[in-house]
Amino acid sequence: MKSLEKLMRKLEPTHESKWAKFHPVWDALYTFAFTPGETTQKGAHIRDGIDLKRTMFMVIVALIPCLLFGMYNTGHWHYVALGTAGEYTDLFADKFIYGLIKVLPVVIVSYGVGLGVEFIFCIRNKHAIQEGFLVSGMLIPLILPADIPLWMVAVATVFAVVLGKEVFGGTGMNIVNIALTARAFLFFGYPTMMSGDKVWMSGIADASKDGLVADGVTGATQLGELATFTGAAEDWTHTSISAFESAWPMWNSFLGMIPGSIGETSVLCVLIGAALLLYTGIGSWKIMTSFVVGGLFVGWISNVFAVNEYMMLDPFNHLLIGGFAFGAVFMITDPVSAAQTSTGKYIYGFLGGALSITIRVYNGAYPEGVMMAILFMNVMAPMIDHYVIQANIKRRLKRLKTA
Amino acid sequence: MSRTIKLRKGLDIKLQGEAEKVKITAKVTTAAIKPTDFHGLIPKMTVKVGDKVKTGSVIFFDKYQEDIKFVSPIAGEIEDIVRGEKRKILEVRIKPDGSNAAEDFGIINPDSMDEAAAKKALLANGLWPFIKMRPLDVIARPTDSPKAIFVSGFDSAPLAPDFDFVLHGEKEAFQAGITVLSKLTAGKVHLTLRGNGTTDEALKGVKGVQTNTIFGKHPAGNVGTQIHHIDPVNKGEVVWTVNAIDVALIGRSILAGKFDSSRIIALTGSEVSKPKYVKTHIGATIATLVDDTIKGDNVRIISGNVLTGDKVTKDGYLGFYHSQITAIPEGNEASFQLSGGGWLGAGTSKFSINRSYFSWLTPNKKRVLNTNLNGEIRSFVVTGEMEKVFPFDIYPMQLIKSTIYNDIDLMENLGIYEVAPEDFALCEFVCTSKIDIQDKIRQGLDVIQKECM
Repeated sequence: MKSLEKLMRKLEPTHESKWAKFHPVWDALYTFAFTPGETTQKGAHIRDGIDLKRTMFMVIVALIPCLLFGMYNTGHWHYVALGTAGEYTDLFADKFIYGLIKVLPVVIVSYGVGLGVEFIFCIRNKHAIQEGFLVSGMLIPLILPADIPLWMVAVATVFAVVLGKEVFGGTGMNIVNIALTARAFLFFGYPTMMSGDKVWMSGIADASKDGLVADGVTGATQLGELATFTGAAEDWTHTSISAFESAWPMWNSFLGMIPGSIGETSVLCVLIGAALLLYTGIGSWKIMTSFVVGGLFVGWISNVFAVNEYMMLDPFNHLLIGGFAFGAVFMITDPVSAAQTSTGKYIYGFLGGALSITIRVYNGAYPEGVMMAILFMNVMAPMIDHYVIQANIKRRLKRLKTA
Repeated sequence: MSRTIKLRKGLDIKLQGEAEKVKITAKVTTAAIKPTDFHGLIPKMTVKVGDKVKTGSVIFFDKYQEDIKFVSPIAGEIEDIVRGEKRKILEVRIKPDGSNAAEDFGIINPDSMDEAAAKKALLANGLWPFIKMRPLDVIARPTDSPKAIFVSGFDSAPLAPDFDFVLHGEKEAFQAGITVLSKLTAGKVHLTLRGNGTTDEALKGVKGVQTNTIFGKHPAGNVGTQIHHIDPVNKGEVVWTVNAIDVALIGRSILAGKFDSSRIIALTGSEVSKPKYVKTHIGATIATLVDDTIKGDNVRIISGNVLTGDKVTKDGYLGFYHSQITAIPEGNEASFQLSGGGWLGAGTSKFSINRSYFSWLTPNKKRVLNTNLNGEIRSFVVTGEMEKVFPFDIYPMQLIKSTIYNDIDLMENLGIYEVAPEDFALCEFVCTSKIDIQDKIRQGLDVIQKECM
């Protein structure tokens, strides 16, 4: 490896060379391959072993179970829609390969376009390329439906990276979560590709044109079906909430055997990721637990004051369906857009969870509330921090008066 | 009324090369007083190259507070005055002449002194610079009247000298030092001892102090932590701090009637072949202390500890306030991503407060850590990591950011008056984004000193 290191050092563009402005690109590649021999010059002479690369890498590792399961699940619902495989274990390899073919291009486009934009901005601004997008690039595919056209992924990624991050100054400066910005862009810009009954099972849109959809398959997600409860009784998919609960056993929702965005369905895989993030100390347990508590709280309140069928849904079921678990572990915890004070994190997480379920249950127009709730809380996080810090300042002033 | 404090936050970094409890005496060598050891000081020289000085002879004073004198630690001849950019004085070197000549300022009984006499004795004889003030963490201003004086009875930094060993048998001197200090304040003198572990006789039963106990990991021994939990500094208030070893030095000098610059330092670090204690004097040449004991060439020698010390060369000199020399390997070689030092590797040899490297399997192992940054400088991204090692009711990241964008109001409100750069050493250590935090805090304090003090 010494020789490779020497070779890369030799290729480093100098100030005078015509490649000088591409130094950030060289730096990104070099620091990817090697931890540089940079030593401490001021202050503490020794430093913690962790760096941003390692941190981001751990999050990506935590996302891998979700990605793999998402590939399989994509294939599964494709075959279910076509009526060729009802059981979960049928055609295992075919399903995975179908999912791989569907999902991998989305991942590649998201990374390629996002990193491309990031490189351009860093070269222009003469900044080192920071690692922030490594995680965003993986999150974006996981929260999109598998049938999303690749050009939409590209446009949404460009939008998210430029307007969500680079205009504020790049990694560490963004106000809202990048991946959710991309999703929100598609949600409002191309609603037909992001909601309704024709997008959550891969290939169902084409199949329905040709009349190939299996009997009894509507293509709706659980949240779509639940949302019908907010309408008139004749539009209900199920006759009652208990009919819904028996149609979608909670165990299946926990394992992820439900239609939905690519990576969000399996609570089990999300929990594996959560375990890794919490054990390594990279994810914030304060935000994760308070988000779940907030969701349970509103779910419970709804139960108590239930005036319609939807409000009677078991609060624990709320945690298992849709993107709630994925949001709790990977989205709301994004340290840059979250609250930064310890107390603020509890408040931020709780309100995020509570708002997610509130939007779900009380707003029929948006069957899933997690994205909206987290984006809203991202915007509110600085205000939460402001009040937490003001409390600290008041405490300090009070000390002076009593002394 | 003594106080007991228990800290839940903090971090003990376990390193190889703790000094063995053996004391040797080094011979008197060329000594240097470095005006750069005293932050913000502008020295006015009173001697020229070639002048003969005795131990305790004034060699320069503070240009803006002329009462504060700095004296020669040894008897000899001014060998050189080293200047840097803009003719800033970096070092005043004194070559020993072998004599023990010392300025005699007369033995004074510390008990019979009043405030003015105590101040005069400390100022005139070069003992004042040992007293530092909070806020700002600079030499105390003689015109202030501090609300309390704090002395930490131990040092909790990695590989720090054991005060119990260093101060053993100095009970009388320590008591004398405390007595002199107690004349300087209308408030209390606080002596804070380690809760977990033993305390030497010298520090027990000291009269004229409030003895407090503190439990917990580093920075429990930092005087800033103790002040924050015992009697925090508010805007407009001043407390003074003195290192326990320097209290004994002040006491020894007052009792003997002459400046006593002798100091027992710990020679520590993984690159020292036989870590031990050495009796030497302030400003001693590093080379004579460490020369034959340093392994290899690619070594960083630090005057002080690994968190707050100054980088020195072998030709350099021991810092004025330092009682420790640490030698650790330089980490100036790049390592492949998957190798031991790389960011994708298993990292069993790296130390981290997170468990993302497999070094978490051996949390109690004494490690050899090098000076590599272990990453590149980045924007602040990760939150909550500094709070784990910062036992203050202060928001560290917010305070650091306010010093970066120079918001004086916010700095004041967030508690800049209570902190010194050394309090942030652990924050700097754990920072994922590799930001030089102690430097930022110092810049913030400089702004405060200029605008508000």
